[in-house]
Amino acid sequence: MDLSQIYTQLIMEHNKNTQNKRALDDPTIVEHGHNPSCGDDITLNLIEKNGVIVDASFTGSGCAISQASTSIMIDLIKGKSTEDALELAELFIKMIKKEIEDDNELEKLEDAVAFENISNMPARVKCAVLPWHTLEEALKK
Amino acid sequence: MNLIDPKIINDFPILERKINGNRLVYLDNAATTQKPRNVIDAISDYYNNHNANPHRGAYTLSVEATSLYDSAKETVKKFINANSKDEIIFTKNCTESLNLLAFSLSGFFEEGDEILLCVSEHHSNILPWMRLSKDKNLKLNYLYVNDEGIIPEKEYEKINNKTKLVSIAQMSNVLGTIFPVKKISQIAHEKGAIVVIDAAQSIPHKKVDVKDIDADFMVFSAHKMLGPMGIGVLYGKKHLLDDMPPFLLGGDMIEYVYEDHATYAEIPFKLEAGTQNVEGAFGLEAAIHYLEKIGLQNIENHEKILTEYAMQEMLKIPYINIYGPMDLEKHGGIISFNVKDVHPHDVSTVLDSYGISSRAGHHCCQPLMRYMGINASVRISFYLYNSLEDIDVFIESIKNVRKWLGYGS
Repeated sequence: MDLSQIYTQLIMEHNKNTQNKRALDDPTIVEHGHNPSCGDDITLNLIEKNGVIVDASFTGSGCAISQASTSIMIDLIKGKSTEDALELAELFIKMIKKEIEDDNELEKLEDAVAFENISNMPARVKCAVLPWHTLEEALKK
Repeated sequence: MNLIDPKIINDFPILERKINGNRLVYLDNAATTQKPRNVIDAISDYYNNHNANPHRGAYTLSVEATSLYDSAKETVKKFINANSKDEIIFTKNCTESLNLLAFSLSGFFEEGDEILLCVSEHHSNILPWMRLSKDKNLKLNYLYVNDEGIIPEKEYEKINNKTKLVSIAQMSNVLGTIFPVKKISQIAHEKGAIVVIDAAQSIPHKKVDVKDIDADFMVFSAHKMLGPMGIGVLYGKKHLLDDMPPFLLGGDMIEYVYEDHATYAEIPFKLEAGTQNVEGAFGLEAAIHYLEKIGLQNIENHEKILTEYAMQEMLKIPYINIYGPMDLEKHGGIISFNVKDVHPHDVSTVLDSYGISSRAGHHCCQPLMRYMGINASVRISFYLYNSLEDIDVFIESIKNVRKWLGYGS
């Protein structure tokens, strides 16, 4: 296990970044997600207008992986349609499961590709996918 | 006080393993312990030479399996100083023992009665009582600990004439606190309550005597005391076990079965339905023999030296916050802590990269964590095969955690 593949500079920056970790005035969708075994606990706030995610934020607590993954996801989905956001969620989960055959597909995930190596650490996979599962739940309502 | 001869690590084959290129430093003994060769050999000896269904056959192998199973009970009886081996019920683990109790004691309670626990109990010593309380309209009360993880005297006033049962762990799996169960048992008995002792964290590490505590029931798991997984113990005073209806129904626990009614066997059979974990019982007996060979007082002393050293070194690190008692007379070999700014799971991942097995999370004690105002903690816990060198490795590694997470020091 190489820790530097997991705790990368990008992930560390997002872990400490509080820009996306804030309350949101009048969110249209609020979804709670948690990992009962370890205590990662996030609340995802979205403002959706005409099928587009115009603003997003989160509150809660958890490990560096879960917090950074949530922050990076928020950067990625802001301004996207809900369909595109769901597609990204599917893609991210496929990446973690090592089910992507064409590496070009990964480009769409931008900074979230930083979590590709988490699949080598089965104990931490649930931390990285928590925000994406929460997003799926939020948008499927 | 002396450390145990470090040569005993040769009795534990798994300790030769490398983890991420480093020597394994196993510090999650409160979750489960590693097994000495005599326990591993006992299990394979059972299947190589003695396996058959006990209590049933009139043939040699079945008689042997029965005799091994009974011998294990005799060994457990002596180990905890029970009166009779019929007071020893084998279960799957501590959790099953507690569920059995909450189910089979249900007839002892009437609406408005109280059950008293400690806020630091493991979920397995809360949830069965919580369900029973809801089903029978009982009141569930808690003893609260102070900032050091000790129960203040005044809390014991919660034991009153309505209290019908007090169930408490002798040692907290998070705080490491050793609670004064003998005293609690005495107060509870004065009020006529039944006393249940969860010895999961204590019995592997110190001498526990059911008569000395005057426990009505006591529960523990083999796998936390060098034995195999999947076997646990419920001790109960005979007159109480006699009055309890069975938990599981099926084979081996009956007297007569008719189409529309049945009568049940005497204890212990009444409470042990179906084919039992004979391999586990044999393995548990081997584990007890190993513990007695080393000596429980020596194990307690060894862990005291390790805990004192670890606490002393951890207290020198300004960004570590330790939970639980600072008085080592009240503290077993479990240390829970947090590293400033770093989530426990990240701490545990970094420690693992240095070969150290630690535990992160709520440790199945959500009410306690909520009461303490924290989401999670890191926990290290010691056993007889740990050494001062293990603690040195831990201390050196913990100093690297914040750097890996992008903090200066």
